[in-house]
Amino acid sequence: MSPDMIIDWLQATLRWGAPLILVAMGEVFAERSGIINVGIEGIMLTGALAGIAVSFFTGNVFLASIGTMLLGALLGLGVAYLTVSRRTNQVVTGLMVNLAALGGTNLLFALLSESRHERVATFPLLFPASFSEIPVIGPILFRQPVSTWFALILPFFAAYFLYRTDWGLNVRAVGDNPKAAATAGLPVIKLKYEAVILSGIFAALGGAALTLSEVGYFASGGMTAGRGFVVLAAVVVGGWDPVRVALACLVFGAADAAQLRMQAMGSTIPYQFLQMLPYVITLIALAGLVGRTRAPKTWGAPYDPADI
Amino acid sequence: MTQNDKIAMRMEGITKRFPGVLANDRISLECRKGEVLGLLGENGAGKTTLMNILYGLHQPDSGKIFINGKQVTIESPAKAIELGIGMVHQHFKLVDTLTALENVILGIPSEHPLVLDLAPARKRFLALCEEYDLYVDPSVEVWRLSVGKQQWLEILKALYRDARLLVLDEPSAVLTPAEGEQLFKAIRKLTAEERSVIFISHKFGEVLEITDRITVIRDGHVVGTVPTKEATYPELARMMVGRPVAMDRKSRPLAAKKDPILVMENVEAMSDRGLPALKNINLTLHPGEIVGVAGVDGNGQLELAECIVGMRKRTSGTIRIQGLNVDHVMDDPSFVGYIPADRQKVGLFLALTVAENLIVKDYYKAPFARKSVLRYSAIRQHAKDLIKDYNIKTPSGEVEVANLSGGNQQKVVIARELSDQPAPVVASQATRGLDLGAVESVHNFLLAERERGAAVLFISTELQEVMSLSDRIIVMFRGEVMGEVDGNTADVDTIGQMMLGETAEVSA
Repeated sequence: MSPDMIIDWLQATLRWGAPLILVAMGEVFAERSGIINVGIEGIMLTGALAGIAVSFFTGNVFLASIGTMLLGALLGLGVAYLTVSRRTNQVVTGLMVNLAALGGTNLLFALLSESRHERVATFPLLFPASFSEIPVIGPILFRQPVSTWFALILPFFAAYFLYRTDWGLNVRAVGDNPKAAATAGLPVIKLKYEAVILSGIFAALGGAALTLSEVGYFASGGMTAGRGFVVLAAVVVGGWDPVRVALACLVFGAADAAQLRMQAMGSTIPYQFLQMLPYVITLIALAGLVGRTRAPKTWGAPYDPADI
Repeated sequence: MTQNDKIAMRMEGITKRFPGVLANDRISLECRKGEVLGLLGENGAGKTTLMNILYGLHQPDSGKIFINGKQVTIESPAKAIELGIGMVHQHFKLVDTLTALENVILGIPSEHPLVLDLAPARKRFLALCEEYDLYVDPSVEVWRLSVGKQQWLEILKALYRDARLLVLDEPSAVLTPAEGEQLFKAIRKLTAEERSVIFISHKFGEVLEITDRITVIRDGHVVGTVPTKEATYPELARMMVGRPVAMDRKSRPLAAKKDPILVMENVEAMSDRGLPALKNINLTLHPGEIVGVAGVDGNGQLELAECIVGMRKRTSGTIRIQGLNVDHVMDDPSFVGYIPADRQKVGLFLALTVAENLIVKDYYKAPFARKSVLRYSAIRQHAKDLIKDYNIKTPSGEVEVANLSGGNQQKVVIARELSDQPAPVVASQATRGLDLGAVESVHNFLLAERERGAAVLFISTELQEVMSLSDRIIVMFRGEVMGEVDGNTADVDTIGQMMLGETAEVSA
């Protein structure tokens, strides 16, 4: 492999990892509050389409991001209502959200057919193009859109919020022992809603980052390709810690970027096998970590406030 | 000061109904400023429900609550805290994974929402520790604290919120005698500051020692309130149970020494957390004796029981039951009778019927099964017999065991475990959470086992029952046996010392 290829690979790693990190930072908070939002795959997909659509009609990526996040908040609210207030099974609810999103985006995209495969305004580079001329780190770090930089900084903010603010402490308490939290006077239901809505917002934003930073168009038929599910795995692999979860996302991004490059090099391995690679790596990481991470104590369990 | 100014809290005609149960029936109660009010009653009498209403965890169906003379509605714990009510639940409400200090400040908004500055909180917390002589390390995660320390932490948490009325639900259940003394000292300090304490308990001794007045509750209603000075033990027991009760040492014929049933040599084992839980345990049980295991909860009793019944691997040492290695015990579960500490999770399948629960050790044997098909006629008949023999109160054997009262659930476990007449019987916290009537029958079943010639290991954190039932008593502390005393000559002080980790000479 030539140095150019390695540089290109590292650059793609950050680019492919960034949307995952965005999605994961919301999911960490939802799961810390005890709710597994399995619906992030579908919300990500919806965000991917919404980002493209708003950008197409307004030509403004900033408005596209805001609109996408609002939509994500709304979807997060829906998931929160079902899983927190109605106490539905979180996995089944999430799967239904994902299936509904897949059908819904296909339908809407067909209706918006005029924009099909038309490239729209995408996230600009954060640094002037001249920075990209710097050897090695130029292409890797500075030929990156705003969304990638945001994703690289976000985990540190997320960690600060989780460990160094009231709200973060409250969310951690609620996920580990909601009864104790309620007894201490915390609004358990409200906190869970907030955390799940946050996961909706960032899942949608991650979807938009996928379409608005990289490809610039939407492809029908589930273009997120299970990345939301990979985030669910990354959150476990990263032990519910924002920074470590982000690293897990980057590992997946690296695997994804590598398999794309191997395809492009015309490897003799059938491309379907190469596409499996990132997911197989995720499975191996999960299996290798059994017993070494500790989930929030009421992870995935419904909470009934009347049951003291 | 008028009479009304002295009342810190008054409840009037509180009624609370749960599906199928009238938990509180027009309860009226008052607690004065600077007093310790004892709330005495059996398990299930409605004490905890009443206090949960006071703390905003349940809403009463009817009735009024007055705090400092003003009528209030307490719709949430946050409101209760605001009104100066603090509560220490019997099952602690602490977040295990957070530090002691984080638990204390939980729910108190910090001055700046984006900065969680723990330094001032730590200072105030340590000052409180010193003031009430209840020290807890603020930076230790709660799961590392002993149950006694967790108790202090709960109290400090309430005091940090400046509780004027503190409710303590069965506080001494997890304390050593010395820690109990420390708690009483703190309570006296609180009342000297004109704070009020409601002390919930079903232990007469401590209620008589610490309270000023005692309100007795039975079956959801108030039986009466008496000043502690005028209260006597038999009178309180009669009020609480509704009939006279005897709690003296049980008489028993002497058993002849025969070959030992259980021999443990140098046994060591780990806890679920992977920490050493049993250290060099040597124990021999003979036929026809009850050996009591005293100690504060969590000092290796659970691991000891599980090693004997083959549910936990030991890291070294040998255990022989009637000469057989314990590793083969699980091949035939009817070999050992085991009454586990957690009857609902370990002892029973709550969703199965009484009849099914009674055969879970023998379901594959004749006459309950033939060629892998269950024969319900035999299973039903078996249930009928045991329900009669063990006096289990249930409409029939076809009822789900979850619908039975705690005492009757325990009788199902006992019937299943003892009806095969196993040589060793391990009873772990067999009376926990039971009312006095049920406690008495559990004790009688175990005495009958002793009579039959079984070797009974009786593990309990209630010192009184260990002393009333055992022929010999061993005391456990941090996974070690601190010493052994003869049941006839045992005294609370010696055992209490050993519960704190001081070795004593063997007096037996």
